[in-house]
Amino acid sequence: MIGLLASLLDGILVGAVYGLAAMGITLIWGVMDVINLTHGAMIVAGMFGVYLLVGTLGVPVYATLPIVLVGGFLAGVALYWIAVHRVIGQPPLMSLLSTFSVNLVLIGLGTAVWGTVLFNVPVSLPGLSLGRYTFPGTHLMAAALTGVIGGVLYLFLYRTRTGKAVRAVSGNREAAELVGIPTRRVLALAFGLGVALACVSGMLIATLFPFTVLSGDAYQLKSFVVTVLGGLGNPAGALAAGIALGLLEGLATPFMPVSWTLVIEFVLFVVVLVAFPGGVLGLRRARAH
Amino acid sequence: MSALLEVEGLSKRFGGVHAVDSLSFAVEEGSILGLIGPNGAGKSTVFNLINGVIAPDAGRVRFRGADVTGAPPYRVARHGLARTHQIVQPFMTMTVLENCIVGACFGRENLPLSRAREAAREAAVLVGLEDRLETLASQLTIAGKKRLELARALAARPTLLLLDEVLAGLNPTEVERMIGTLRAIRGRGVSILMIEHLMQAIMSLSDRIVVLNTGTKLAEGLPAEVAADPLVIEAYLGDPGLADTLRSAA
Amino acid sequence: MTMLRRPFFWIIGAVIAIFALVPTYGNNVELRESLLLAAVYITLASNLNMMLGYAGYVNFGGIVFFGLGGYFCVWLMSALGWPLVAATLAGGVAVSALALLFGLGILRLRGAYFALATVGVNQGVMAFVTNFGPWGGATGIYLSPVLFKPLGGPAQALWTIYYLLVGVMGLSLYLSYTVKSSKFGLGLLAIGQNEDAASVLGVPTPRYKAAVYSLSAFLPAIAGGLYFFKGAFIQPPDAFDLQLSTEVIVIAMLGGQGTVTGPALGAYLYEELRGWLLTSPTFSSFQLVIAGGLLLAIVLFAPGGLMGLIYRRWPRLRRILE
Repeated sequence: MIGLLASLLDGILVGAVYGLAAMGITLIWGVMDVINLTHGAMIVAGMFGVYLLVGTLGVPVYATLPIVLVGGFLAGVALYWIAVHRVIGQPPLMSLLSTFSVNLVLIGLGTAVWGTVLFNVPVSLPGLSLGRYTFPGTHLMAAALTGVIGGVLYLFLYRTRTGKAVRAVSGNREAAELVGIPTRRVLALAFGLGVALACVSGMLIATLFPFTVLSGDAYQLKSFVVTVLGGLGNPAGALAAGIALGLLEGLATPFMPVSWTLVIEFVLFVVVLVAFPGGVLGLRRARAH
Repeated sequence: MSALLEVEGLSKRFGGVHAVDSLSFAVEEGSILGLIGPNGAGKSTVFNLINGVIAPDAGRVRFRGADVTGAPPYRVARHGLARTHQIVQPFMTMTVLENCIVGACFGRENLPLSRAREAAREAAVLVGLEDRLETLASQLTIAGKKRLELARALAARPTLLLLDEVLAGLNPTEVERMIGTLRAIRGRGVSILMIEHLMQAIMSLSDRIVVLNTGTKLAEGLPAEVAADPLVIEAYLGDPGLADTLRSAA
Repeated sequence: MTMLRRPFFWIIGAVIAIFALVPTYGNNVELRESLLLAAVYITLASNLNMMLGYAGYVNFGGIVFFGLGGYFCVWLMSALGWPLVAATLAGGVAVSALALLFGLGILRLRGAYFALATVGVNQGVMAFVTNFGPWGGATGIYLSPVLFKPLGGPAQALWTIYYLLVGVMGLSLYLSYTVKSSKFGLGLLAIGQNEDAASVLGVPTPRYKAAVYSLSAFLPAIAGGLYFFKGAFIQPPDAFDLQLSTEVIVIAMLGGQGTVTGPALGAYLYEELRGWLLTSPTFSSFQLVIAGGLLLAIVLFAPGGLMGLIYRRWPRLRRILE
C-alpha cells in the first residue's frame, strides 16, 4: 500500500513535467489555433541540448536550464517564420502538415547524427527519504523547477504588457490588430515561448529518464493527452492534467507491463478527444471570431 | 392553418447570459418577416437555433408542421429551409456554378447531379450571376460573394429562406438591386425571414416585423406600427425614459 | 455509362495495361518488383486522397488499414486455411467495418484532433496486436510455403499476386475517379472546403465522412493482405509502419491532393526519388529529411502539388485529366 502511495507521489512529480510540456502545446494552440507537431522534436532538442552542454562543455546540469530556455525560444521564433507564418490564414490542414514536415526533417537529421541509441544525463542529487522509499532528487528538482517556470509564465501572461498582448491576440486576433498590437510579432513570440517550454521540459525529462532521438514521439503524445485533458488553450489546466496523467501512470506501472500503459494512453487520448471537446476540466474557452 | 415556421418559447443561455429568452413568433407562407433589433439582441442566435447549428435549451421549432427542434442543419435543410450567413462562406476553390450545384444537390429536392446543374443555373440567373458561372468563388467581389451565398441557398429550391444581413456591405445601387431580387424570390413563392440593419430596406420589404431586444421579443406587427412603437424607438436610441417622454408628448 | 466516353477513363485503363503487360513481356522480375511497390503506393495514396484531398481530413495513421488487412488475410490463410482471394476480401470487409466503428468515434473531431486521433488508432492497434497471442504477438505470423501451392508454386504465385495488386491499384484509381464525379464526391469536396457551410446546405456530413473513411479502408486492406501474403511474414512494426503512412501523405501532397492523377504521379516520382536516394549511401539515412523537406516545400509554395502546377500552366488539361 505504501508502495502504491510512493508510486503515486512520484507520479505527481513526473506529471508536473508532463504538464510543463503540455503548456507548450496549449499556449501555441490558444494563441494561434495551430497544433505544433514539431513539439516532440523540440523536446528531444532539449534533451540533447542538456546532454551536449553537460557532456562537452561541462556546464552543471541545472545551469543549462536558462540556456535551453533561450535557445528553445530562438528556435521557436525561427520555426514560426519558416514553417508557420505563411500558412497562418489557411485551413488548419496546412499548418498541421508544415509543422509535421519540419518534425520529419528534424527527427531525420537527429537519427542521422545520433542513431537510435539510448542516451543518459547523469545527475547526482540527494533524494528525499520517507521510510523505506526514496524520492529521487532529480524528480523533486524537476517538479520544483516546473513550478517556478509555471509561475514565471503566469506572471508574464498576466502582469506584463507583452503578456497582455499575447492574451489579447489569443482572444481575438482581428480586434487586437485593430487596437494596434503587432500581431505577427506576438504570434512569433508565442510560438517561441511554446517551443521554449517544450525544450525545457525535454531538458528536465533528460534528468529523469534515459532517452533516444525517437523518444520525442512518446512525450509528444503524452503532451497531447494532457492538453486535451486540461482543455486546449488553458496552461493552468495543462499543469493540473499533467499531474493527473502522472498519477495515472503511477497507479498503472506497478500493475501492468509498460507496453500496455501506452495502449491505455492512446485509448484515453481518443476517448477524451471525442467525449470531452472542452477538456475534462470543462474549462471552455469562448473563442471570439 | 399553421404557419410555415413556428417558433415557440425558444430559449438559449450562454454561461450566465440569456442570448434568447422565451421567444415566440411565426412566419406565414408566402410572406416576408423582418427580424430587427439593436446589436447583441440575439438575432443571429435565433437563426442558429432555427436551422440547427445550436440546440436550444427550451422551446420548439416547427417547420411545415414537423418538429425540427435541435435537428442537425442538414436535416433542417432537407425539410426545405435554406440560410445565408452574415459573413459569407462560399466554397472558394469551386466555381459559382459548382457552389450552386452543391445547394441544388443537397437541398429540399435532393436532386441528382444531372438535374442539379439546371437548378443551379436558374438560381445563379435569379441573383444576376449568369455571366460569372465559371468564375472561381474566390475571385468574386464582396457583392458577388453575397449574391453567390444567396444563389447557393436558392438553388436548393427552399420553401423558407433565412437571410442574415444580406444587404450589409453593399453600396446603394447593389442594395436596390438586391431588394429587387428579394421581391422576385418572394414572387416565386419562397417565404423569407430576414435579419437586417438597413431600416428603410427591411421596412419596405417586410410584411411583418418582429423586434428583438436582449433576447426577448419587444414588439411585433406591421412595419408602420413597429416604427411608431415608443418601446422600439427607446431600445434603438438607448434612452430608457424616452418612451414615457414620447407618450406624454403625444 | 457516360464515363466510358471520358478520355480519363481510358487513360487509367492504359496505365493498368502498362503495369500488367510491360514486366510480363520479357519476364522482367526486377521491374515487376519495383512496379509492385509503386502499385502499393498508388493504392494507398489514392484511397488516402479521398479523405485528404476531397474531405480535407488528414489520416496520419491510414496505414492501420493496410496492416490490419494484412493481418486478417495472413491469419485466415494460415490458421483457418482460407484461399487467397477469399481471405483478402474478408480482410477488406472486416477492416472497412472496423473503420466504420472507429470512424463513428473519431470523425466527430476536426482538423488536427482527427489527425492525431488517427495516429492514436494506429499506435493503439499496433500496441494491441503486439500483445495479441492468436496473431503472433510481437513475433508475428510466418506463412508456410505450402500456401503457395494452390497458386502454382512460389514463382507463379508472385506473378498472380502482382496482377491482383495491379487490379487493386486500378480499382483504387477508378474508385477515386467515380467518387469525384459523383454527388457523394461533391458533398465530400464541399465538406473539405467548409464543413459547417456544407452541413447548412444539406450535406449529411456525419454519414458522408463515415462512408468515405470506411471506403478508403477497403482497398488498402486488400492490398495489405496481398502484400503480406507475398512476403509470407507479418509483424507489428512492419504492418503498422507510421513512416510508410507518412510517405503516403507526402506522395498524395506531392502529386496533388484532391486530384485522381496526383497520387499516381506522386507515387511514381517519390519511388524514383527514393530509389535514387537509397543507392547513394550519404542520402539513405536522410530519407525522412528529404521527405520532410519536400512536404514543407509543397505546403508552403505549391499546396496543389504537381497537378496544381500543371493545371496552372496548362489549364485545358483540367478537362481531360482529373
